[in-house]
Amino acid sequence: MAKVRAHRVLPGFGLSLGYTLAYLSLIVLIPLAAVFIRSTELSFDSFWEIASARIGDLPLPERTDGRRNFWEIVTSPAVMASYRLSFGASLLAGAINMVFGFLLAWSLVRYSFPGKRIVDAMVDLPFALPTAVAGIALTALYAENGWLGQYLEPLGIKVAFTPLGVLVALVFIGLPFVVRTVQPVLEDLDTELEEAAASLGAGRWQTMWRVVLPTLIPALLTGFALAFARAVGEYGSVIFIAGNIPLVSEIAPLIIITKLEQYDYAGATAVAVVMLVVSFLVLLVINGLQSWSDRRSAKGV
Amino acid sequence: MPFKHRLAHALMRATAGAFFLSATSVATLAQTTILNVSYDVSRELYKEINPAFVADWKAKTGETVTVNQSHGGSSKQALSVIAGLDGDVITMNQPPDIDILAERGGLVAADWRTRFPHDASPYTTTSVFLVRKGNPKGIKDWDDLVKPGLKVIVPNPKTSGNGRYTYLAAWGYALDRTKSEAAARDFVTRLFANVPVLDGGGRGATTTFTQRGVGDALVTFENEAIAIGVELGSEKFDIVYPSLSIEAAAPVAVIDKVVDKRGSRTVATAYLEFLFSPAAQEIIARHAFRPRDETVLQKFAGRFPAIRTFNVERTLGSWAEVNRKHFADGGIYEQISVSKR
Repeated sequence: MAKVRAHRVLPGFGLSLGYTLAYLSLIVLIPLAAVFIRSTELSFDSFWEIASARIGDLPLPERTDGRRNFWEIVTSPAVMASYRLSFGASLLAGAINMVFGFLLAWSLVRYSFPGKRIVDAMVDLPFALPTAVAGIALTALYAENGWLGQYLEPLGIKVAFTPLGVLVALVFIGLPFVVRTVQPVLEDLDTELEEAAASLGAGRWQTMWRVVLPTLIPALLTGFALAFARAVGEYGSVIFIAGNIPLVSEIAPLIIITKLEQYDYAGATAVAVVMLVVSFLVLLVINGLQSWSDRRSAKGV
Repeated sequence: MPFKHRLAHALMRATAGAFFLSATSVATLAQTTILNVSYDVSRELYKEINPAFVADWKAKTGETVTVNQSHGGSSKQALSVIAGLDGDVITMNQPPDIDILAERGGLVAADWRTRFPHDASPYTTTSVFLVRKGNPKGIKDWDDLVKPGLKVIVPNPKTSGNGRYTYLAAWGYALDRTKSEAAARDFVTRLFANVPVLDGGGRGATTTFTQRGVGDALVTFENEAIAIGVELGSEKFDIVYPSLSIEAAAPVAVIDKVVDKRGSRTVATAYLEFLFSPAAQEIIARHAFRPRDETVLQKFAGRFPAIRTFNVERTLGSWAEVNRKHFADGGIYEQISVSKR
């Protein structure tokens, strides 16, 4: 009964798969599952409420403990406004970072200039800085009496304590992602490719659009996805500069904190579950875009 | 295989060792260490009270006791205790943060308010206004804060006790004036329409008002306003006392479940009783909180001008009702934030 075992080139597949699964479960899956379970406590309530209302054809029963159902919580005006701000600002910040992160990576890879190493090291600073410090520094800078704020104020531009401030903070914390994902790809990109394109008669813009960018799109999208994901969950830096006015400058993570402050676990997790699902969908779309661009560039070759 | 075994053995030894260590440390420290779980702003206060209690306890019983302190946002601290943080006593700045310990898991007896004098609160503070030097906008009372165009800085009532007391103080003032809830609602609507920034806590609001230069007035606790004067100089700001404000009493309680488990009830109770002693009341007054002890209050009369205050539970109803009516989802605070836009 000697079985022929399939041999893999690298040893220890069983061990590493087991380790990966155990690690992922412990660090990611179990906490996420806990979030969902917490919120289902609530959705069962709401299910019951809706069901009982149908049966008796009565208005929804008034809950005496002050808790309300899942759908009511996540669609209340303040929560909806916070979703719009959080996801809108995060997508915009990701897009801004994609453009300027690419330019930065391009300059760092293709040109040499004095102080290049220092600039290169500085790119990582938003990672290293405690986010609260970043938030306080940005607020000090953009407040009416701040270094930058005092010049923007007469122009009618208010940054600190407005949704614009949220965007500024999110751009700040997301910058390194795009730079660091694009940089290595750009370094591997042979300049000979561009020279070949030029010798075949391509103009500078054509080379950029048809040769350089298609190779970089997967990296750019990865950077965008990372910057977006980080921005959606960001709390520490935003909270200082946002102003936190309900319906105007309240981010979704703040809504979660305010619910926790009132011992409303279920409400907090309800808001969190919606964030989780929307983020997951956005990341899924970005992944889809990536494989689409991969297929397209493969076809092109 | 042998390696796996060795690893398993090593792990078991390590775990057993850790258990042994923690067991012995609990056993030896049980009687001599207590943990005071408290809110953020009281850090400096208890840093001074604890050594005074340790000396007092040593003089009375000959025992050496160590008091550890843990500080953080008040509801986060309460949640930590619910989750299993072994605090012997809890010292907070609003009663709901102790009520929650009674509601969830019965960590504290439901009648904790009756265990110590003054509804188990050794000191109070109240909501006052801080204005720019010379009071350029002529702010004298709550009515002045709701004038159109004025900017008022208030901490977020949804996330801070300070902000909640401010909201309720304004509500209580309007109710006292008009005797009408509709008018009170209109009053807080106009007040919060004048708020350009809602910081997470009292300290954040202070920074926005003093460092960022935003706002004509800051509504905050008296102890915070006095501390600003001490730290940033009284030549920059003035404190304005409104005609009526709120009594923000700081409640304390022994965490029954923990002290029974650790056998620390006697010293934990003595610690909280000590807070009401003249010695501790003096320290409290020095830290800009209003002491309960009349003699000590007289001694610091220059610091604490007489002010008419009202008590939440006696005037507006129980905290549970107040929270449900005003601050819960869909409560009045949320309604006015929606309607004012």
